[in-house]
Amino acid sequence: MELLSANPGAAVFAGATDLIPQIQGGRPEPSLVVDLKRIPETSRIEAHNGVWRVGAAIPAAVLTAHAGLSTTFPGLVEAAGLIGSDQIQGRATLGGNLCNASPAADSVPPLVALGADAIIVGPGGERSAPVSEVVIGPGATSLDQAEFITGFRIPSPSQGSSDAYERFIPRTEMDIAVVGSAARIRVDGDGRCEEASVVLAAVAPTVVEVGAASGILAGRVIPTDSARDPFWDELGEAVVSCCNPIDDKRGTAEFRRRVAQVLARRTVVTAARRARETL
Amino acid sequence: MSRTHVTCVLNGDPIDFLCNDYQTLLSVLRDELGMIGTKEGCGTGDCGACSVILDGQLVCSCLVFGPEVEGRSIETIEGMADGQHLHPLQESFLEGAAFQCGVCTPGFLVAAKALLDRNPTPTETEVRYGVAGNLCRCTGYDKIVRSILDAASRMSNPQTHKEAT
Amino acid sequence: MTTTRTGYKWVGTRPVRHDGLDKVTGRARFGADYATAGMLHGVVLRSPHPHAHIVAIDFSDALAVPGVKAIITGADLPDLSDEFGTGSEGGINFRDLSRNILARDKVLYEGHPVAAVAAVTLRIAQQAAEMIEVEYEVLPAVLSMEHAMEDDAPVLHDDLYTLGLDSPPERPSNISRRRVIARGDLDAGWEEADVVVEREYTTKAVHQGYIEPHAVVAETGEDGRSTLWCSSQGHFAMRTYTTKVLGWEPGDMKVIPAEIGGGFGGKTTIYLEPLAALLSRRAGRAVKMVMTRSEVFRATGPTSGSVMRIKMGARRDGKLVAAIAWMAYEAGAFPGSPIGPGVMTVLAPYDIPNVLIEGFDVVLNKPKVAAYRAPGAPMAAFAAESVVDELAEKLGMDPIELRIRNAVTEGVRAVYGPKYRKIGFVETLEEARDHPHYSAPLGPWQGRGVASGYWFNFGGETTATVSINEDGTAVVMSGCPDIGGTRAALAQMAAEELGIDVHRIEPVVADTHSIGYNDMTGGSRVAFAVGIAVVDASRQLIEDMCSRAALIWDVPREEVEWVDGRAQSVTGAAAPLTLEELASGSANTGGPLSATVTVNPRGAGAGFSTQICDVEVDPDTGLVTVLRYTVVQDAGRAIHPDYVEGQMQGGAVQGIGWALNEEYIFDRDGVMENPGFLDYRMPVASDLPMIDTVIVEVPNPDHPYGVRGVGETGIIPPMAAVANAVYAATGKRMQDLPMSPVRVLEALSGD
Repeated sequence: MELLSANPGAAVFAGATDLIPQIQGGRPEPSLVVDLKRIPETSRIEAHNGVWRVGAAIPAAVLTAHAGLSTTFPGLVEAAGLIGSDQIQGRATLGGNLCNASPAADSVPPLVALGADAIIVGPGGERSAPVSEVVIGPGATSLDQAEFITGFRIPSPSQGSSDAYERFIPRTEMDIAVVGSAARIRVDGDGRCEEASVVLAAVAPTVVEVGAASGILAGRVIPTDSARDPFWDELGEAVVSCCNPIDDKRGTAEFRRRVAQVLARRTVVTAARRARETL
Repeated sequence: MSRTHVTCVLNGDPIDFLCNDYQTLLSVLRDELGMIGTKEGCGTGDCGACSVILDGQLVCSCLVFGPEVEGRSIETIEGMADGQHLHPLQESFLEGAAFQCGVCTPGFLVAAKALLDRNPTPTETEVRYGVAGNLCRCTGYDKIVRSILDAASRMSNPQTHKEAT
Repeated sequence: MTTTRTGYKWVGTRPVRHDGLDKVTGRARFGADYATAGMLHGVVLRSPHPHAHIVAIDFSDALAVPGVKAIITGADLPDLSDEFGTGSEGGINFRDLSRNILARDKVLYEGHPVAAVAAVTLRIAQQAAEMIEVEYEVLPAVLSMEHAMEDDAPVLHDDLYTLGLDSPPERPSNISRRRVIARGDLDAGWEEADVVVEREYTTKAVHQGYIEPHAVVAETGEDGRSTLWCSSQGHFAMRTYTTKVLGWEPGDMKVIPAEIGGGFGGKTTIYLEPLAALLSRRAGRAVKMVMTRSEVFRATGPTSGSVMRIKMGARRDGKLVAAIAWMAYEAGAFPGSPIGPGVMTVLAPYDIPNVLIEGFDVVLNKPKVAAYRAPGAPMAAFAAESVVDELAEKLGMDPIELRIRNAVTEGVRAVYGPKYRKIGFVETLEEARDHPHYSAPLGPWQGRGVASGYWFNFGGETTATVSINEDGTAVVMSGCPDIGGTRAALAQMAAEELGIDVHRIEPVVADTHSIGYNDMTGGSRVAFAVGIAVVDASRQLIEDMCSRAALIWDVPREEVEWVDGRAQSVTGAAAPLTLEELASGSANTGGPLSATVTVNPRGAGAGFSTQICDVEVDPDTGLVTVLRYTVVQDAGRAIHPDYVEGQMQGGAVQGIGWALNEEYIFDRDGVMENPGFLDYRMPVASDLPMIDTVIVEVPNPDHPYGVRGVGETGIIPPMAAVANAVYAATGKRMQDLPMSPVRVLEALSGD
């Protein structure tokens, strides 16, 4: 931390999968790079009293191979398993994925949907903040220069609750999400939705939560296939109203609005199926 | 510029080198150690030509800083053959014509080895996803995928393979 | 996979390639793998503007940086006038080549080289390059063909007057050339037609996408003699081009070929070579230059984007009776798109009596295009083969049947002039029609498309040497870089002739000072043309060895024949002499055993391919997934079937990438937005199924084993095959490439 305070041009890295290409692409070389992985707590996975603590500098490949995480947070783990190739997953981390502050980061929507907090360490000690408040715009975070994230606190899902993540890319691998959607669903004993969270990536300057989703889905029996039901149109409208997408090299705004609806529906269906399976 | 002294294990041998802070492991291998088998296709982690195995984990060496490998173990294409004996993947790539120009081949072999180390009997789909981080522009991947599947079957049935050869 | 039955011992077999071991162990040395002690590192400063005058360049500060050894700009190259050379894939204007390598007074695309720096480290060279001050007068950029062809468009070259117009132009323009092919009576043709389809198609610039970036090490001595280590498709051409641009003598430059990490046409020209050679001359030390991937995308390749309008008419019985093709190809910053082969190939597969083809070569503020696998043909086939598919639908006829009814055959006059010799187009169509793939069931949102393609293939200037070592092993030496297994194929042909084991032959790609001139590895020419030279040289050696046996036995030459690697007496008067025996005793029979043959063969043997594609379309997202793919292609004779299949599969997959996701994307200011493999989306392994191959063998009578070129034809049909499959799956005709999810979803929402 002293290093970071003393070096305004310093960069913290874990997997460096974004930092090195940025330097290659002309970003001025940092005055100092700090390898977070050397701080032990950034590499730990623990569960205590219904809360998981997942280190910020753990490569995605380690997360996807972790049996406990995979059963508890299948959506988060499938998002980690979508970040780049196997090679990239050997390096890329949740902390880096968040702090790079791309609106298209795959692991951020599930963290937000799960209600995760970032554990932030800085000169003033440790604090925590909801993941949804860390990124404030493309490439910008609310962290101070001398702060960094050591890990995430993720509440264990209650019985009848699960999550899912899906993204759209033009290829099957190696692309940045054109649209991403995470869903967390809690169902009651009859399989009826009690609570839902839907969070979208790459449709706005930051990931966005579809605030109306829970209200629309509560009380519904989510079908096992994504067949047409009127409430899907309602969800679709809610999704579109949250989207503020752009036209860019990866897709058009119109495409993003349409596909966001599709992915929201698909992830809700998957999360609900998984939620019922926990009962 | 001051250079960092780094000690690590490369293909089983203890080595050390000096590098700059921002020098990538790829540059260390090629420019400092003369290990030119690991190739640079993009420098941004998008082609897999520079794949190496770092402490058992498949990575792009262009996305690793040299000083990071202090105390760690690196496997490259140069360490794949066991003395005079090619790795079954190298044999199957040769016999299955799994390359044309050959520049992506070291990266594919290293990625395929990491895949088979983890999953000795992959399906075709698992092979395709397992090497999806490696670009080949010559082959259309057909013969690469077949050769990896062939190597997997050789490795899981070494006896059959020995008789066949 | 097809197993070829040939009756030969080596031809048609699948031996492990001779250079294979080096390539699976990491020992093979590619362009960037060379280094010399004390060498400098060179970098290029590139234009940030797509179109601007260079007012002034000040590099005094940069040159003063410690460790900087030399800086050059366009003023350091001789100001060449128009002079045309030949390459294996089209002509080249050395004046334009020079100005593409280093801009003189104008920059014409973002990424256009403006200066080059050599320094003791790469970092110092990069830092110094950033210190060079270039004053630009920015000009309006021309970024689309429509804009470029307008009368009042900004003009890139004020000395460029359109060639091929009916009357000479009065003003310069961005259209460098008009090409016209016409025959028959179009009015009569339309009169006869029962069904007519007319459509417009567009394609985007796409890159060859070789994995190895351009790289060179140059060392120029105090005497002006230089050595280049570089990967290219032809080191003789690299020498010719480089010395021409520098005003040096070709004989003073030796080019040593590195292994080449893919080319596909993109390494048939020079970019870094003259810069490194000249920097080395100035600095008195070796200079290494390696492009970044971003530089490769922004300043090398690609092939042309295109706009094409095709109109075709057919009689009810399926006979094509009239066709018009209007085609405009982007050349990039300097004239020279592949519009020539475009207009020649667009209708070449079909015997159509009444035709008008008009093509335009258009310059605009994008990188100068380079050859890419069957240059000019794939986009043309995308348009024409889509129209043929639509005609078949309108006629209620099977699309393969329609093609068979109109397919060119031996003796038919090609639309561009000559008569076809022996060709195998109909055979590829029949194989495709009878293939189980063509009748396999399909599910919902799935569709099947077919398309065909034609490519000329090429012969070219060739030298090959075959030498026998004292132990009876042989060296086959050529001067054509081996991109995909040609060493093995040449060794197989020599083994077949000499009657020795293919692995007792070492095939070598020799440098410019070790063998006579060779054209590039391009035009699918190596197995054909170098094959002819190797076979001829082997036969000369056999003749020589038979004569020596006759000398030893003191019998007339006619009484000696060559059988299975041995000289035999036809009368049985003497025990056979093996190649080893003749070789070890050669000192006493006339000296070493070696033969060199030079040829410039005609009759390369036209190639045809017909391909079948199944896709599934996700109606919610527009994602197109290729489910099954079959390539049928006439190889004449497959010397090494593995590598013939490899060419077919690789070509098809490049075409699939072109069809679905690959494209140059520029922002409003003419800056390429996707100069990397993340957003320039070439297919990855998980995008694809296995690519089935059927090798058709209709032997080429002009090659001793019947070889036709196979390297290029495979990339021609895929875009139309995919588009026709998408139509079959969705009922939507996709007329603009790439058929990205965004485009497909837009088309689907048209309902």
